[in-house]
Amino acid sequence: MNPFDAFVRNLDPATGKSVHDASATKTQQRIDTLSAVFPDPESARSAAARTRQYVLDHLKPLVLSLEEQCHKNGIVVHWARDAKEARSVILGLCRQSCRPGAVIVKAKSMATEEIHLNHALADAGYDVVETDLGEFVVQLDHDTPSHIVTPIIHKNRYQVARLFEENNIGTYTEKPEELTSQARRHLRTQFRRAEVGISGVNFAVAETGRLVLVENEGNSRLSTTAPRVHIAVMGIEKVLPSEADLPLFLRLLAGSATGQRATVYTHFIHGPRKPEALDGPDEVHLVILDNGRLDALAGPYRDILRCIRCGACLNVCPVYRQGSGHAYGHVYSGPLGAVLAPALEGVGLAAIAKASSLCGACEEVCPVKIPIPELLLHLRDQGVREKTIVDPIPWSGFVAVATRAYLWRTSLQAVPMAKLVPNPWSRHRHMPRRDGRDFRRWFRERA
Amino acid sequence: MMKVRLMLTCLCDAFYGEVGIATVKVLEHVGCQVHFDARQTCCGQPPFNAGDWKAAKQVAERCRSLFEGNDPVVTPSASCAAMVREGFKMLGVEPEVPVFELCQFLRNVAHVERWQALPNQRRVAFHRSCHGRMLGLGSTQEDLLRLVGNLEILPLNETEQCCGFGGAFSVTHGNTSKGIGQQKLSQIVASGATEVVGGDMGCLMHLQGLAERLGVPLQFSHVASVLGDAL
Repeated sequence: MNPFDAFVRNLDPATGKSVHDASATKTQQRIDTLSAVFPDPESARSAAARTRQYVLDHLKPLVLSLEEQCHKNGIVVHWARDAKEARSVILGLCRQSCRPGAVIVKAKSMATEEIHLNHALADAGYDVVETDLGEFVVQLDHDTPSHIVTPIIHKNRYQVARLFEENNIGTYTEKPEELTSQARRHLRTQFRRAEVGISGVNFAVAETGRLVLVENEGNSRLSTTAPRVHIAVMGIEKVLPSEADLPLFLRLLAGSATGQRATVYTHFIHGPRKPEALDGPDEVHLVILDNGRLDALAGPYRDILRCIRCGACLNVCPVYRQGSGHAYGHVYSGPLGAVLAPALEGVGLAAIAKASSLCGACEEVCPVKIPIPELLLHLRDQGVREKTIVDPIPWSGFVAVATRAYLWRTSLQAVPMAKLVPNPWSRHRHMPRRDGRDFRRWFRERA
Repeated sequence: MMKVRLMLTCLCDAFYGEVGIATVKVLEHVGCQVHFDARQTCCGQPPFNAGDWKAAKQVAERCRSLFEGNDPVVTPSASCAAMVREGFKMLGVEPEVPVFELCQFLRNVAHVERWQALPNQRRVAFHRSCHGRMLGLGSTQEDLLRLVGNLEILPLNETEQCCGFGGAFSVTHGNTSKGIGQQKLSQIVASGATEVVGGDMGCLMHLQGLAERLGVPLQFSHVASVLGDAL
């Protein structure tokens, strides 16, 4: 059995229910919100897809413009070819700013998950604190996010309450508001002590060098303004051409991700604190991460780089709902992850592209219209050609039968006999029965 | 009289002959002359979805050459129609076969506006198969069924959700497939329907096998059979 299906089999029902219920709710909220916000959601998606495609087609000049504008704004730009380089750049910046033992607060960022930054910072002696509520829970529990937007979609409040009690965050309570207050009290002290704040980036505007972050908890604001140094990490493809693109993308992202008309907070970061300003960091750094993206851009899966990480494809995906993100065995999960992970790290990961019924719901909800099922099919093709996907039974026998009419008919006669032997179909379902008349005989005899 | 060529599909060939028979009756009822080429086998979708495109191409090429010509090819499956229309393109198997899913043909080509009533009242849930997305089927199948008297289509939640069949996926990812199917069955039961109608025997075979294993009392009917029952 493949690891995905084994994970699904062993998943406890409470986790399965948490994932299913939250995903189904988000799917419905997305539909309600997008149809309320946009007169024609379909044309909004088309417009966003065109803009993101434009970005991919003009990535180099756009990113160079971003760098130039950031420089004018006082944001220091760093380039990282891969995860290792990104970790060492970020670690270097932290070492310049504070001694080991210092608190580093983190706002939610998939790019830092991708480069496994927390381990590197902890190994260097820093006290890294995740400040997004979900990420905070994940960190306390030595767990990993199971969703790119809602990291603890696999947990319920009872589990969170027990975890908080065990870690002296607060006394056991089943009230979500009280749990949130407990986390908030704990995190406030961390924000006061923090010397560096690390965040991701939702959009970086090439025209103006502004970094745009969206969130709902206020922790990103504190992470990017309270510490003396702010380090933002972004995948190189996260650039948007102009400020005029933001209204569409901000609404589409909030609607697709969480069914909101707008996120509670939207940050436009223009650079470090100005002399007359009351607060803000003294330094702002932007780490632009390649880590396989430029190779992916030149390859057959480039469309996946249009992604704005809304997670709508995870929520709607029946396969994701059965297993949660953990079943995919990669930071990026769901339909998006099943394409992005092998696109970034190579066809060695192509087997995960098999974890899909190819139903196409992902493409239907994608705010930038990525043809995910088509990309999954291409990955399967490449995986089979390069032997990173090996089916238990080769298809040559099927071809021999399906290209010869007489063999085909004889084999079909024998198909119902399959019920006599144990087979993977009948492990979960009754075998189909031949129902009524045989078509071929009927058609022949009526002529 | 319009000449149409029937593409039977492997499942109707192997198990569900009655669906093929109903398809012929329905097409004849709207004035078509139905041809069936007994040399037909499969469209090549199983190896195509599995990723063995070399194998898929051999089967698809044979299918394409068998259905060469301009007369419409009609099939009681959105899945097979999508393979022939979209999958063949991806495989580079050309020129295009003029293929139609049955309901799409009835609505858009034969312009069916009326249908007979069923002899007895039936209250059903309609399951949209995912390959209808690739064909842009939308509500075509339900729209057609709404023309049938004595047939009530009950509202079903989460209609965008797959049944979990997915061809070879149903055996390579059996536990996942089963879990998805159970979700679908529970939505169907919650709708109050005792019968499920769909346009693809793949979905229905999977759901029926699962319902029987789990002891869920439901009937499963192809849309062609429902249309045929009303004639």
